[in-house]
Amino acid sequence: MKVSYYPGCTLKTKARNLEESAVASMSALGVEFEELPRWNCCGAVHSLSDDDLIHQVAPVRDLVRAQEQGSDTVVTLCSMCYNTLARANRLMRDDEVKRRTINDFMDEEKDYAGEVEVVHFLTFLRDHVGWEALRSRVKKPLSGMKVAPYYGCTLLRPKNVAIEPPGHPALMNEFLWALGAEPVDFADKTLCCGSYQILAHPEAALGVSAAILQSALDAGADSLILSCPLCEYNLGKTQKKLLSRQKISREVPVYYFTQLLALSLGLDDAVCRFDLNDASALEFLKCKSLSGAQAQAG
Amino acid sequence: MPIEISEKTVKGEFIEKVMKLSGQNIYKCFQCGTCGGACPMTDHMDTMPRKIMRMTQLGLEEAVEESKTCWTCASCHSCTVSCPRGIDLARVMEAIRQLTLRRNVDMVEPSKLDEETLRELPQIAMVSCFRKLTS
Repeated sequence: MKVSYYPGCTLKTKARNLEESAVASMSALGVEFEELPRWNCCGAVHSLSDDDLIHQVAPVRDLVRAQEQGSDTVVTLCSMCYNTLARANRLMRDDEVKRRTINDFMDEEKDYAGEVEVVHFLTFLRDHVGWEALRSRVKKPLSGMKVAPYYGCTLLRPKNVAIEPPGHPALMNEFLWALGAEPVDFADKTLCCGSYQILAHPEAALGVSAAILQSALDAGADSLILSCPLCEYNLGKTQKKLLSRQKISREVPVYYFTQLLALSLGLDDAVCRFDLNDASALEFLKCKSLSGAQAQAG
Repeated sequence: MPIEISEKTVKGEFIEKVMKLSGQNIYKCFQCGTCGGACPMTDHMDTMPRKIMRMTQLGLEEAVEESKTCWTCASCHSCTVSCPRGIDLARVMEAIRQLTLRRNVDMVEPSKLDEETLRELPQIAMVSCFRKLTS
């Protein structure tokens, strides 16, 4: 089975651990990700002004690329890309006047009216692999791991592109169950990590990130998964600073959900690219005897 | 604090622009404050989102633009999904930001970011920040 795949910029640089672990996992499950030809940046955020159509052109062009590939579906891994592509798609489907303006502007592309379905990888796993089938393919169950599923904003808001009901998401919990881990529900699983405000208002972003991490720790989690490189930065890469300021009681290893998927499928550690995570991420897996490095050393 | 409401203080054009850019009927707001309750950034806001809505209804252009609230907003849409009146507050905040940004104002200066930050940060952090806070 082949499926069109939109990676997005960050997955080719800082978040190669998200992409490489996902592509290898899909290959192991018999699905080939076919990367879009000539894809461009989605714009990272959806334009919220009614008169700002020029910023919709980038994501729409990516959707046209999927159509040119003969696909009716495009899968994304990054939550922000998912949100931006899905919202541009809704705009092209639902707003006839704006659709006409955007199509008139893009004279190289064929007219587009939202024919392609934008699907996040978690939804794809549930609908095209299935949790029971995934569970049966797991070679190294993550038993003993108590993982907090962090959904964040862009998979769940606004409602018209939410992959699940914004207040009651369960997809990541089901995913963790399939991998043999124990999902640990926590109060702040849908709270914003501060997003791009880490640049403009770092104290505000660090404050919410600390609240999220502590909420996961208080609920009994020993690790946390997510699907967005910006959340990974705010929740994963700031922990030393948060710990030194006593904003969190201890560090929490943070993983992309696809890294735990690859690990549980018994794939080589190399595809997980733990070198791009914070050092505590690999250490923790070694302690749990879940990484290959530990097996070789032992 | 008493607020003077007169022809002089009510900026009708400002109200119209916010409604046009956001596509939202700001008069639907009945001041319940659910938006502020849902917002993760209120600790760092000088004015609650509810108040920004009221000030906008009253056309208090200068007071709204002096407030830092719309620049502290992370566009997480928590207010949008919780508003009982169905107002998309994230779009109202964007409209207020745009009215300033379109006067060629930047709220962050990319050239002043330190090297370590640039090396570590994912691109989406920079792209989204510059999209939201620069002209």
